[in-house]
Amino acid sequence: MERVRDLASKKAIVMFTKSSCCMCHSIKSLFYELGASPAVHELDKESRGKEMEWALRGMGCNPSVPAVFIGGQLVGSATDVLSSHVDGTLKQRLIDANAIWF
Amino acid sequence: MGSTTIKFSAEDNRAGMPSFISHTPAANPIGTESSATQSPQAPNFGVLEQYLGFRIEDPANNVGRSPVFNQSMNNQSVGPDLQSGAFNKTYASANTNFSAALMGSQPVQLQKGPQPNLFSTSSGQHENWGESNMAESSSRTDTSTDLDPDDKNQKFDGQSAGVGVSDSSDKSKEKTSDQKTLRRLAQNREAARKSRLRKKAYVQQLENSRLKLTQLEQELQRARQQGVFISNSGDQSHVGSANGALAFDAEYARWTEEQNKLINELRTAVNSHASDTELRTLVDNVTTHFNDVFRLKTNAAKADVFHILSGMWKTPAERCFMWLGGFRPSELLKLLANQLEPLTEQQLTGIYNLRESSQQAEDALSQGMDALQQSLAETLANGTSGPEGSSGNVANYMGQMAMAMGKLGTLDGFLRQADNLREQTLQQMHRVLTTRQSARGLLLIHDYFSRLRALSSLWLARPRE
Repeated sequence: MERVRDLASKKAIVMFTKSSCCMCHSIKSLFYELGASPAVHELDKESRGKEMEWALRGMGCNPSVPAVFIGGQLVGSATDVLSSHVDGTLKQRLIDANAIWF
Repeated sequence: MGSTTIKFSAEDNRAGMPSFISHTPAANPIGTESSATQSPQAPNFGVLEQYLGFRIEDPANNVGRSPVFNQSMNNQSVGPDLQSGAFNKTYASANTNFSAALMGSQPVQLQKGPQPNLFSTSSGQHENWGESNMAESSSRTDTSTDLDPDDKNQKFDGQSAGVGVSDSSDKSKEKTSDQKTLRRLAQNREAARKSRLRKKAYVQQLENSRLKLTQLEQELQRARQQGVFISNSGDQSHVGSANGALAFDAEYARWTEEQNKLINELRTAVNSHASDTELRTLVDNVTTHFNDVFRLKTNAAKADVFHILSGMWKTPAERCFMWLGGFRPSELLKLLANQLEPLTEQQLTGIYNLRESSQQAEDALSQGMDALQQSLAETLANGTSGPEGSSGNVANYMGQMAMAMGKLGTLDGFLRQADNLREQTLQQMHRVLTTRQSARGLLLIHDYFSRLRALSSLWLARPRE
């Protein structure tokens, strides 16, 4: 839990993924498209990956990955990210977190 | 007169039929000769009857009847009504003729009741004779013996002999052979009648079977739909793929019908310039109903994701241009932007931004799908080296398959995201537009899909070289 929060606050956009997860790949692509560069942590490559996955689930992420934090705040999983992108709130949050400028 | 043309002579008959046949007019095209000569067992009587029948027959009925008559006589077999009818008629007439011949030049009459002149050749009269003959000879049928080819022959020979000496023989012998003949005729008539009844029964049976088949087909249709609905309300995990696909198709069909209804209501309201509140309600109805189909698809994808992704539930043209199991939201928005004028600056910007966001989301999801496909390909391609059958390979193979299965499991996730995108886009669209514009927008979308479906039908029905 702590590690997750710790990592999440380090960068403007933080993503927790798994190397085998293709939906994570989608969300990553979306951020790149928007001109952002998220910090990606692959849980299957992390030493305490299982713990972190557990923590993410505890925070309400279902499925556990991809889990997106913007400005230290949890946005959610793919559904949340895409929904907020459609209604325009994602971009605003990115701008607010200085992840993108326009 | 008919009697003179019969040319009935003792000498001819004694020898057998071939010579007798020569008396038949040249106009007899039907292979009566062949049938007579072919089968030594064939009763001469039959040929005789045929000859007589042929002679007295109406020219119009001529060709049609004779072979039929012959066939019936020889086989005593099942034949269609026509044959039996003809058989009956000619038989009857032949019968009377025979009697007439035997009795010399007496006017042809049956012993019972007045009879029209035998040689007026209308079929109606033939029928009369048939009936009276039936009546007369049916009494004799009871006493007749079982017919046997050999028996027939024997009787026949006896009869021909009898016939042969008709001119000069004593009356008793005539009477016997006459009786035998009549009995035979009656038996044949009986057989014909029985075969007619059999045929009738058979046809009846066929009709019943056909009805039953249609009924069963209908039941099956109904049961399939019902059965599918029943299992759908139960545990989803037990529903087989095929079942899931069928269930979805049926549900989608119902959804489409309902959607048409709602759209028509909306259209009426828009055309009649209804109030905004009324429009709002109707617009919300349509939107909610739109969300229903997304839910349907999500549920169906759990049972059979490939069915949804394949688009087999759509028409061909729709299927060709679909994206991730449905329409592409950015496309719809492009359509609306063009058709929904006038739009305010703000609205135009809103629509444009929405379209761009949607496009970006679509691209992201498409890229994810591509990555999935590539990953799957790599998984399946790996580990194909090494000799077949080694235990390591088998474990490898199973591991591969397990991994591939895992990847396939993520497909329905993509579908869900795509549908979610559609739902969100529509929702956002309503926020940007006024109520009336939303209403028109929904109508435009619906019309577009209708036309696309109609295009599919036209395409499928187009004439091909």
